[in-house]
Amino acid sequence: MLFRIKGGNTKMAEMVANRITDIGPPKYDEMWPEIIKNNYGKWLHHEILEPGVLVHVAESGDKLYTVRCGATRLMTTHMVEDYCKIADEFCGGYFRFTTRNNVEFMVTSTEKLEGLKKALAAAGNMPIGGTGHSVTNIVHTQGWVHCHTPAIDASGPVKSVMDALFDYFTSMKLPAQVRIALACCLNMCGAVHCSDIAILGVHRKPPVIEHSHLDKMCEIPTTIASCPTAAIKPSKVDDFKSVAVNADRCMYCGNCYTMCPAMPLADADGDGIAIMVGGKVSNSKCMPKFSKLAIPYIPNEPPRWESTVKAITTILEAYVSGAKRYERIGEWIERIGWERFFDVTGFEFTKRHIDDYRFAATTWRTSTQFKW
Amino acid sequence: MAIKHPTPMLDELEKGPWPSFVTDIKRAAEAGKEACADLLGQLELSYNDKEGHWKHGGIVGVLGYGGGVIGRYSDVPNLFPGVEHFHTVRVNQPASKFYKTERLREIMDIWNRRGSSMLNMHGSTGDIILLGAFTEQLEPIFAELTQKGWDLGGSGSALRTPECCLGKARCEWACIDTQDICYNLTQEYQDEMHRPAWPYKFKFKISGCPNDCVASIARSDCSIIGTWRDDIRIDQAAVAAYAGGEIPARGGAMGQGVKLDVQKDVVELCPTGCMSYEGGKLAINNRECTRCMHCINLMPKALRPGTDTGATILVGAKAPILEGAQLSSVIIPFIKMEEPYDEFKEFVANTWDWWDENGKNRERIGETIQRLGLQSYLDALGFDPVPQMVKEPRSNPYFFYTEDEVPGGFDRDIEVFRKKHAR
Ligand code: HEM
Ligand code: HEM
Ligand code: SF4
Ligand code: SF4
Ligand code: SF4
Ligand code: SF4
Repeated sequence: MLFRIKGGNTKMAEMVANRITDIGPPKYDEMWPEIIKNNYGKWLHHEILEPGVLVHVAESGDKLYTVRCGATRLMTTHMVEDYCKIADEFCGGYFRFTTRNNVEFMVTSTEKLEGLKKALAAAGNMPIGGTGHSVTNIVHTQGWVHCHTPAIDASGPVKSVMDALFDYFTSMKLPAQVRIALACCLNMCGAVHCSDIAILGVHRKPPVIEHSHLDKMCEIPTTIASCPTAAIKPSKVDDFKSVAVNADRCMYCGNCYTMCPAMPLADADGDGIAIMVGGKVSNSKCMPKFSKLAIPYIPNEPPRWESTVKAITTILEAYVSGAKRYERIGEWIERIGWERFFDVTGFEFTKRHIDDYRFAATTWRTSTQFKW
Repeated sequence: MAIKHPTPMLDELEKGPWPSFVTDIKRAAEAGKEACADLLGQLELSYNDKEGHWKHGGIVGVLGYGGGVIGRYSDVPNLFPGVEHFHTVRVNQPASKFYKTERLREIMDIWNRRGSSMLNMHGSTGDIILLGAFTEQLEPIFAELTQKGWDLGGSGSALRTPECCLGKARCEWACIDTQDICYNLTQEYQDEMHRPAWPYKFKFKISGCPNDCVASIARSDCSIIGTWRDDIRIDQAAVAAYAGGEIPARGGAMGQGVKLDVQKDVVELCPTGCMSYEGGKLAINNRECTRCMHCINLMPKALRPGTDTGATILVGAKAPILEGAQLSSVIIPFIKMEEPYDEFKEFVANTWDWWDENGKNRERIGETIQRLGLQSYLDALGFDPVPQMVKEPRSNPYFFYTEDEVPGGFDRDIEVFRKKHAR
């Protein structure tokens, strides 16, 4: 570990002596508004009064109104201060974030609710919605704003997609809820593998190798071992101890780059977006499902990612016109069949859609039952 | 400081109705944050280049902790000195992400003074992610945070910060006390979070019911999902009110005016076909119910989970890197999950022992189980197999038996065999 503390070693020693460690997070009940303290575990039922506005009713008869707002997950302390001010004025100084990076303000009466809604509308950057049969906030990762392995940006595509789908955030007119997630590389920190629509950053070129530095920056055996397809082997190039990559076996996962900074993958022409569809997490009705490939590659189109936005809008419009009430995107596609999915979206079916990785055979058709 | 660099591309992202992160960052830049001004500049460069501009890695941290800080350096620091170092500090979030503004401001104050003032509310793992500190600020940030009662989360090959749904705080469906379980496990395993010692990362996520709002089944090495063993509670008067249209379908999830068709929307969509609706009465054959939550989701005023509640424990979810994506698999169909959670913690200790002993470097437990077989893991736990653990039994006959399971063992005499069978 590297430490560079201004003030030298004396200050460091002082700090170490007075260290507090391993205290964990503040206890949960310190962060609860009074009404939650009083009704913990005693909620009876809830209802969505209008898009973005919920009421929860407790055994005691207490009513808790919640207003859910969309948010940029990447934010500044200024934005947090905006939330705090609203919470101080209307909610007794309490609020919360959802797992999908929405913000929720809670009040105990309809009068306060009206004031809160007015204040949120006046703020201009706290759109109300994201409940019930809507597209809610996109779970996403870091992208070019912070990570070192991305194939795409995260916040920019999310902003562009949510602008286009805004009407589906503020209304509840979809057949069922639609969950979109974005991960900027195959590591999938954002866990996009079980989403109704997944936006995934992909590379398409094998790593470029910096032979002159590889041996200095990387451990060659670990680098070789990191490759899931055994595409890397030792190689001597211009007297440098280095590695070679068998391009035919590389599926651009970037795992070698994680182990070895002398093997970057990022490339303006190589990188882009794959769209997967039809996954879900919940156990409701059908079991959790993985998302499946709809479009293997869309080029990066900063700043507004037009083709990606168009592809997602196309999927959503086809779903709205074809699905039955309560059918998630994956259930709709399974009912109509993948042949029809490609028909109604107009997406091209390519050789990339036929799995050629491990367990591929489980996805091939082993029946004469199919549609023309 | 104000805006330092022109950002014609990023300016496009200030348009449209969804809140703009660019507008927000500009606000902080205008308020004098050089890091924000330079972050915008570097991001604009990435938008032009279609490639990121962060260096790979950089090991930094706070003394005594192996995790909680992720090192990050700009690869164009001469152009953007304000983000030359841009290290991430993961702060352990309070369970379910409720905040008292007074407490949240403690972090914001530290971060305004010592960091970039940029953050993620929240990272995908759940922590509050403070984005962008210089190396020399890390120790002071840590010292100030802990003095105020905040601690770092996990990163690296360690226990990652546990996360839970809001559970009993505001959800009538919570079958377990998700917040208490989350807090208890986080406290119990501080050492495992802060001093990485494993083959790879390990995540707990806790959902109060099978709706699984924190997606634990998709993204945690150990999923704790609330469930029940007895009967779904039915309020027949409320069923009638749904049928009559007095209560909107699915708690208003499609709007207030939408009427529920109890037969078509609830009974016929029940995946097990265990519901019936005759003479205005809803009946459930609970023995056949798989507790999918569909009917409860559709009629929150009429139906509730049972009262003999506990959790199903599933193990092994992960993202595709390396062996392909996996969802968690059922290991304990039902456990009571009552404080102090001793039975669960014993299971966890045995799980980690087995993984520690058998896992390869950078192998998630789901991959270790896949490589060595679920049975090897169950044997280590001392668990008997039950049908709840599989979707279906195997369709191949390639069993593995141990020698002591077959009479006479594996050692046989070829001479004895040949006495009965000519060559
Ligand atoms: C159909 C599939 C999936 C769905 C619907 C899904 C959904 C989600 C959601 C909603 C989140 C964000 C949760 C939150 O922060 O509240 C998430 C996070 C995550 N997902 Fe997934 N996911 C799916 C598949 C996967 C897969 C296959 C992987 C990995 C193999 C994965 C890895 C992750 C990771 C790493 C995170 C962040 C994890 C964390 O917070 O620790 N997800 N996922
Ligand atoms: C080779 C594999 C991986 C590498 C090298 C890797 C690297 C990273 C890095 C560098 C970050 C920090 C990004 C930043 O803030 O700058 C990160 C964040 C994260 N990673 Fe990974 N990761 C890997 C695999 C995974 C997997 C498999 C998962 C989950 C299943 C995962 C989940 C996460 C999550 C949840 C975050 C936090 C993202 C956020 O801020 O929302 N990572 N990862
Ligand atoms: S998904 Fe990949 S690029 Fe994005 S934050 Fe995670 S590791 Fe970084
Ligand atoms: S990118 Fe992945 S598949 Fe390609 S060489 Fe590196 S580790 Fe191997
Ligand atoms: S997982 Fe279940 S208990 Fe938890 S918030 Fe979601 S619906 Fe409620
Ligand atoms: S919970 Fe699911 S399986 Fe059980 S009765 Fe309701 S719809 Fe049917």
